Amino acid sequence: MADYIHHLLFGIYPYVALAVLVVGSVIRYDREPYSWRAGSSQLLRRKQLMIGSVLFHVGVLLIFAGHLVGLLTPIALFDALGVSHGAKQLLAMSAGGVAGVMAIIGATLLIHRRFFDPRVRAASSFSDNMIILLLWVQLALGLTTIPLSAQHLDGHEMVKFMQWAQGIFTFRSGASDAILDVALVFKLHLALGLTILLLFPFTRLVHMLSAPVRYIWRPGYQIVRSRKLAA
Amino acid sequence: MKVRAQIGKVLNLDKCIGCHTCSVTCKNVWTSREGLEYAWFNNVETKPGVGYPKDWENQDRWNGGWERLRNGSIQPRMGGKWRLLAKVFANPDLPEIDDYYEPFTFDYGHLQQAGESKAFPTARPRSLISGERMEKIESGPNWEEILGGEFSKRSADYNFEGVEKEIYGQFENTFMMYLPRLCEHCLNPTCVAACPAGSIYKREEDGIVLIDQEKCRGWRMCVSGCPYKKIYYNWKTGKSEKCIFCYPRIEAGQPTVCSETCVGRIRYLGVMLYDADRIEEAASTERVTDLYQAQLDIFLDPNDPAVIAQARKDGIPDAWIEAAKHSPVWKMAMEWKVAFPLHPEYRTLPMVWYVPPLSPISAAASAGRIATNNGMPDVRSLRIPMKYLANLLTAGDEEPISACLERMLAMRAYMRAKTVGGVIEEGIAASVDLTGSQIEEMYQVMAIANYEDRFVVPAGHREDAEDIYDERGGCGFSFGNGCSGGSTDTNLFGAPARKRLQTPTEVF
Repeated sequence: MADYIHHLLFGIYPYVALAVLVVGSVIRYDREPYSWRAGSSQLLRRKQLMIGSVLFHVGVLLIFAGHLVGLLTPIALFDALGVSHGAKQLLAMSAGGVAGVMAIIGATLLIHRRFFDPRVRAASSFSDNMIILLLWVQLALGLTTIPLSAQHLDGHEMVKFMQWAQGIFTFRSGASDAILDVALVFKLHLALGLTILLLFPFTRLVHMLSAPVRYIWRPGYQIVRSRKLAA
Repeated sequence: MKVRAQIGKVLNLDKCIGCHTCSVTCKNVWTSREGLEYAWFNNVETKPGVGYPKDWENQDRWNGGWERLRNGSIQPRMGGKWRLLAKVFANPDLPEIDDYYEPFTFDYGHLQQAGESKAFPTARPRSLISGERMEKIESGPNWEEILGGEFSKRSADYNFEGVEKEIYGQFENTFMMYLPRLCEHCLNPTCVAACPAGSIYKREEDGIVLIDQEKCRGWRMCVSGCPYKKIYYNWKTGKSEKCIFCYPRIEAGQPTVCSETCVGRIRYLGVMLYDADRIEEAASTERVTDLYQAQLDIFLDPNDPAVIAQARKDGIPDAWIEAAKHSPVWKMAMEWKVAFPLHPEYRTLPMVWYVPPLSPISAAASAGRIATNNGMPDVRSLRIPMKYLANLLTAGDEEPISACLERMLAMRAYMRAKTVGGVIEEGIAASVDLTGSQIEEMYQVMAIANYEDRFVVPAGHREDAEDIYDERGGCGFSFGNGCSGGSTDTNLFGAPARKRLQTPTEVF
């Protein structure tokens, strides 16, 4: 039974979550563009946001980049570059730890503000409240894996997660077997992470997809639109 | 040369009576909605005062508008593109709602429902955001109405720069004027430049600056970028909104709501042709006091055959070229030089211009001998300091302002001589470099101000813009997602959603 649930959560659920993430986001972008926004509440209350939001966003972006590179870079590439698994784990623990602490301090400030400032609370939707709490729990779970990882510094455990993640993305059957014996905290962290992906299109998180990086290479500053029909 | 047309606007402050009809009609039509209670696409300020939002003219604080770099190019004062993007997580240049005011309503229901008591029941204020009781209303959209508040606070007004302001705090020397403000629909808008999502744009046909509500992501850089603070973040929808220059009316050849309803008939709308190739050059002019002239220089004369030929080539309809020839904006800005841009030093090349107000003779001047010229008082003895008006309209250059006020005084003297004395005093007109017939036209447009002289708005060519057949059965103008408001009134299973706690009076 435990194996069955394990396979359901880490073998099948990832596909469900990713499918909802992609299809849900496309449908929302297409059907409800008016609802697609960052949802800033800075206008209502500046206090706590200035530090909280910057810490949170910078931390989360670093973590996101770390997870992306750490999990999805082919293992062979690390070997070819001569990066040992132990060194990689040490980097993940230290850099990830710093970024994680930044993000959780930021998230704590933002949660306090969202739930205890009357203006921000009144302007918050259920999904706004839920997602920041889930992200806080996820950050906390992520940080609790650090002391656990410190007990085995050879990088062996990390390889398991890489095998799993890359197995999922390359449609290898039995990918979930790679993480069968990892500690419970890791499993909780993964399951909640997948759930956040699942909820992504229904929350304000969609603003990530609109990160305005194109602004940097947008030619010039001014934009003029013509109403004339393209002939 | 690339000819573009814009519906420009002039507000004759000499005739503004501060009745706020413009603000109220605008509010009723466009912003009487949750999320925008605090926003006034059009507001009227009493000057001197810090205005709405508070201290909006202080660009050292908000970093609005453009700055000229040492290499002669310009960039938003908020910073270059990287610097600006670094502000998306938390924007240090963004006003808080208290810098505008916390929107409120009153517990009117309590007046009817209160039990028997010794004292009369009162309707106490409640926040329209949190629904909580507000002990004290700290500010409002027109907090300084008719010089309300202490002079020490109002005199933080930026336009007092270079003025010995202390004496204007004394009752005998006090002065005031009204300043109605709306989006300037600039030729070089900073809001457009600062929008990282690229959702704000200027319309090629009529110059109206709009925010694409479907493309806006609520990064709120435009709010800071606009030096006039005329973009408002809708805290409910998470999108920014601004004055749309009543474009559905303009397209139909009608004046904007604020202009149509203006009781004092101070508002003018007309086509201006300008050279789009020279916008950047004009905005980059080195000295701020030259920016007014630089903007005049890129306006194109609609009677010049070369301009007309190029305008036709650039696709400007004949009706628009014809309207440009009769544009009241052209007459006031270019022919008579009585209208000026608001704060040209922001380098946005604004397109809502102002005729400065005349004012009574100051107490200081009337105590001594009033200097006169042709029977007209010296404009420097007027109550409103010249420097104050210059700081507002010409980046501090007093010369164009005094020339303008002299012309306005000359118009009065000439018409008085004509209607009371029955004589045509060409000398008065000549003393301000005008002719009698020019003064009579000025009088017709500025004093009589007939509807058709104030509003010369050619209809837009909708047939070029959309397939009208597709529009049948559409919802017309709506907020939100076409026919959908972006939110549903039912829950996931089709039943009515539970209502959030509402303030006593739900409708603002």
